[in-house]
Amino acid sequence: MSESCKTELRREKVNRLVNIAPSRLDLETVRQKLASARGKHYWRSLEELAEQPDFQELLHREFPRQASEWTDEVSRRNFLKLMSASLAFAGLTACTRQPTEHIVPYVRQPEETIPGKPLLFASAMPFGGHAFPVLVKSDMGRPIKVEGNPDHPAGNLGTDLFAQASLLDMYDPDRSQAVTVLGDVSTWGKFLESLQGPLVSQKPLKGAGIRFLTERSTSPTLASQMRAVLLAFPEAKWHQYEPVNRDNSRGGAQMAFGEDVAAQHRLENADIIVSLDANFLSSTENPQFLRNAAEFGRRRKADLKEKINRLYVVESTPTITGAKADHRLPLRAFEIEQFARALMAQISGGGGDTRFGNFLSALAKDLTAHRGSSVVIAGETQPPVVHALAHAMNDALGNAGRTVVYTDSVEVSPEGFRGCVDSLQDLNNDIQAGKVDLLMILGGNPVFDAPADLNFNENNQQLMKVPLRVHVGLYQNETSNICQWHVNQAHYLESWSDARTFDGTPTIIQPLIDPLYSGRTMHEVLTAFSNQPGLTSYDLLRAYWQGQHPGDFENFWRKSLHDGFVPGMGLQPRQVTLRSRDFPATSARSAGSGIEIVFRPDENIYDGRFANNGWLQELPKPLTKLTWDNAAVMGLNLAQKLDVVSEDLVEIELRGRKLKLPVWIEAGVPDQSVTVQLGYGRTHAGRVAQGAGVNTYRLRLSDAMQFASGAKLGKVDGHYQLAATHHHHNMEGRALVRAATVKEFEENPRFAHQELEEPSPGETLYFNYDYSKGYQWGMAIDTGSCIGCNTCVVACQAENNIPVVGKFEVTRGREMHWLRVDRYYTGTYENPKTHFQPVPCMQCEQAPCEVVCPVAATVHSTEGLNDMVYNRCVGTRYCSNNCPYKVRRFNFFLYSDYDTPVKKLMNNPDVTVRSRGVMEKCTYCIQRITRARITAEKEFVGAQHAYREIEDGEVKTACQQSCPADAIVFGNINDRNSRVSKLKAQPYNYSLLADLNTRPRTTYLAEVMNTNDELTGPDLMKEVENKVVTQEKEG
Amino acid sequence: MAQIFHRSANSLARFSILAVVFILVAIGGALSELQRSSYVTRQNEVRVQTPPFSHQHHVGGLGIDCRYCHTSVEVTNFAGIPPTKTCMNCHSQIWTNAPMLEPVRASFREGKSLRWQRVHDLPDFVYFDHGIHVAKGVGCNSCHGDVDNMPLMTQSKSLLMEWCLDCHRAPDKYVRPHQVVPERSGMLEAQKDLPPEHRDEGTIERQQAEYALFNARDQVFNVRYQPPSAFNPITVKFERWKGHEGETSTFTDQASLGRALIHEYNIRGPKEITSCNTCHR
Repeated sequence: MSESCKTELRREKVNRLVNIAPSRLDLETVRQKLASARGKHYWRSLEELAEQPDFQELLHREFPRQASEWTDEVSRRNFLKLMSASLAFAGLTACTRQPTEHIVPYVRQPEETIPGKPLLFASAMPFGGHAFPVLVKSDMGRPIKVEGNPDHPAGNLGTDLFAQASLLDMYDPDRSQAVTVLGDVSTWGKFLESLQGPLVSQKPLKGAGIRFLTERSTSPTLASQMRAVLLAFPEAKWHQYEPVNRDNSRGGAQMAFGEDVAAQHRLENADIIVSLDANFLSSTENPQFLRNAAEFGRRRKADLKEKINRLYVVESTPTITGAKADHRLPLRAFEIEQFARALMAQISGGGGDTRFGNFLSALAKDLTAHRGSSVVIAGETQPPVVHALAHAMNDALGNAGRTVVYTDSVEVSPEGFRGCVDSLQDLNNDIQAGKVDLLMILGGNPVFDAPADLNFNENNQQLMKVPLRVHVGLYQNETSNICQWHVNQAHYLESWSDARTFDGTPTIIQPLIDPLYSGRTMHEVLTAFSNQPGLTSYDLLRAYWQGQHPGDFENFWRKSLHDGFVPGMGLQPRQVTLRSRDFPATSARSAGSGIEIVFRPDENIYDGRFANNGWLQELPKPLTKLTWDNAAVMGLNLAQKLDVVSEDLVEIELRGRKLKLPVWIEAGVPDQSVTVQLGYGRTHAGRVAQGAGVNTYRLRLSDAMQFASGAKLGKVDGHYQLAATHHHHNMEGRALVRAATVKEFEENPRFAHQELEEPSPGETLYFNYDYSKGYQWGMAIDTGSCIGCNTCVVACQAENNIPVVGKFEVTRGREMHWLRVDRYYTGTYENPKTHFQPVPCMQCEQAPCEVVCPVAATVHSTEGLNDMVYNRCVGTRYCSNNCPYKVRRFNFFLYSDYDTPVKKLMNNPDVTVRSRGVMEKCTYCIQRITRARITAEKEFVGAQHAYREIEDGEVKTACQQSCPADAIVFGNINDRNSRVSKLKAQPYNYSLLADLNTRPRTTYLAEVMNTNDELTGPDLMKEVENKVVTQEKEG
Repeated sequence: MAQIFHRSANSLARFSILAVVFILVAIGGALSELQRSSYVTRQNEVRVQTPPFSHQHHVGGLGIDCRYCHTSVEVTNFAGIPPTKTCMNCHSQIWTNAPMLEPVRASFREGKSLRWQRVHDLPDFVYFDHGIHVAKGVGCNSCHGDVDNMPLMTQSKSLLMEWCLDCHRAPDKYVRPHQVVPERSGMLEAQKDLPPEHRDEGTIERQQAEYALFNARDQVFNVRYQPPSAFNPITVKFERWKGHEGETSTFTDQASLGRALIHEYNIRGPKEITSCNTCHR
């Protein structure tokens, strides 16, 4: 089934179901309950906190509301008729003859291609211009999985979620498949031809009418090409625009140092990290994500090999970075500048500022006590002055050169480039003045995502009068819609190109497959402006690098391709001098009264470019757990003031522009502030993106790109169902996450254990398996290191052929992710502490699912796994019902895509594509274990040529391999020296629901937080214990 | 009103109740037989191939090793179907004009792949790996039958799960050594005991030569391998059987040879290799 079509059809039904939505949440009750609640416990949502009766009822059902009801068109009677017929014929299905299959061998088998043996190629995903290093697994010429490049100097652990999901983008059947002119299919040759006329007439004008609009880039080859083009057409202009950009940090560096330098943070050296609205643990904001996540994750491990760092976050909207904070202060975005100034003043020995409570003074004290081992990071949402202040603070604290180093900017930009918004504005001014004859939009989607006040769309008379408009892109989108020519771009997995990682290391992008739809790269499009039109990007790339390495080029080239990067070419740290410590305040425009609107790139679909990616659309966002939509995310106070609850509609009015959005109430949002995600509400996108969410770019203005004050919000009639997964697979308020402060941990290292909970091994009615021999697989998940970035969920989806089900099915709790990241809150609703907990199958040693299966479709393996045998499963769902961890997923419909030919290429051939009526769940990537075992058993070691055993670390599950923070460790627990056994031997290792005596193989390492004594409230763990004790009494 | 039914209808009715039970059992039996029948399993069904490649000729007649064409059989899960280039290695030199080989030449000329009908086709939810079976001493013809006698390839085993399990439950029934010690020849030994008038010196000489060749080969790929018997004792030198390294033993029955090879090849126990995840995932 193509899930996108299905979603389309179902969307209507969603609205029909509205009348059976749960009763409205009474916010006043919630508030009272919150006020009267004693002790700390973990909760996931308002409803849970309020303990409303209908929520309780919801929990006690096997499946969430409407998951098990029959709401389809077919009547019950017809259904029964069909069912009895199917049952009668079911026995016959086993007798089907195998249809004849064909084997089509090569004519000449390419070197190193062995059918059944995948190959890995190093490449990089360009994202926001920067390269994210990857290794791509290719099976018989088809890329089937993206992994991190373990050798790359710019991040050797895992990937981000976009790299994982980029695979689906490449196979997206909705991608633009041909060169088109005015909507009609044309050819590449005709496109090149059509450019010749205008270019000839532009030649005498020195290209005065030519404008290039590209996205941000770090590609050395592209830079050299653009230089050549601008040399040939000196009057032509090159503009850059991306809606999510690094203008502010560049502006900040300009302000502080007077030059365009980039800051690289060395979190490994930082004991104190201060984030001023910086979401540095997310690749949506920080190109240094991989390194940050790895270093941060390493320094949050409770083994105390290294001192746990302390993270202070001041932020305007809840982010995963804020979730990991030891101390978090929610402030409105415009207040953060004031906070930064106050902090700067305190660090420089100035007087106290009482506006921010003791948070500010404690922080300043902590920072001054950690000179040289602290770091202040400003966020991209903050104006340049906050960045400049952060630079000044790092300078004052002596951090420069230790926890933060400065290098030249890695991005390539046109001469005199000021920033994306200015650049686009300049272009627009030229268009308005009628100076533009040829507009080349190379990538991006400015018509959709340009600031609303530029009116860069079909209503722009002058823009529509530009004689020749060309769009190059992966999709036919809003921008190609207003251009005469559209050239289909090749995906990065189909292209030759290059890009630099944040540290400047050039990384070669090599294709894994010939372009599926004969797409072209930017390099090839730019050849039209040279005297060699039609040169391939491979030739261009080689020519450029040959110029850089004239010596032994072949060896250099082969090595760079093989390793995926050019070594020794990273940017060197350089000296910078701070010009001033006093910076002018930002204009009062943004610091106004009224409600503040904060614009954020979406955690899943970024600026909208991934809108047609089903894996990302269906991924529950890290904190709100919303899928398929964006919303006006606000706190409880504001919602109460507006008399709205989640899923009600509000109208936002911002300087005369109005937009209706559904409400989502979320913990930790600053008061009087509303966060909206960008990227939704696409009008010209594929089947998946169509109809998902609301286009919030319509409120975004060029002078308020990150946040805007003075918005008015009003409730409007209507209800909009949002598909959030925060109630799904609920484990009913048991103490599932365990956390302690360093002090508590040192006092009681076994804090994560509760003595009552673990029965002795013999106490069981289940069959006692012998686990003493052979490999016994187990997993340890470090909740301290986990940053909740969701990469593992997408990696699992890619590895295990997990289908997308669509919004309607998600509202019924039928999402198929084998691995979910649970998010728990503790503390107050205004500013809770957040915990993440990835939950895969626990692989219980005494598994409740196995004993209830009537057909032995889920059985125990000798290596301690719960095997799931799809071909035996008849879909009784008893196993799911009996699973205390709610990790089983059922194919209620044929969710897997059996029809779209191109999507078949994407499937992992080592994993069965599941059909309707089959239960599925995490298998610990059994296909990887089996492959490693077979490899090991065929090899011999030592002088005796003894049989080799699987080494520790040889098998990595997909989630583990993708994790940028090294939070997941998998291995053989019978091997005393394996990493996983060592972790499991730690005192802070605990099992989920250990009192059920399921003896899970997946265990958790409790989070240890390094809180500041001056800021901590009452003892954390005591209250968790109290909670458990109360529950046991109740139970 | 006359009776509608004759008296005999009573017994018919009684009988029909019995008959229903009988028919249901019969249908069940028939279905289960059907499932195992060669109609469903396609066992022994001759598939028409273009060109009509004969294993009988290439393996039986010419004695080409399996791995000459099926190159990846030891390396990975898929044994590999040879590219046209492999055919042309020889057929660019011999039978260069044979009309039967025109499809091969055309494929090579035009760069278009040959299209073979798949003969051994496991269900898609079964993940079989050739490499590990070969490494553990499962002979090619243990599963693929006497390919050296097949003018056109047929599937000689049912490939049903029960057939797989037959071996996975007791691999010692089938495994064979990769290398045998070539010093003894069972047939020659047997002839030694015969009265001199029954001995055939010519045959003995020929057999000796044949046996030398036979013994040097990897027995897993030897399509004429015979399991050990009193007339065909097999000597194996152990290399990796813990505590028996370097020992040489002669076996006259498969049961004891199989048990020894399980140690030598470190084959996991039946419990392990009948775990569902061995083949399904």
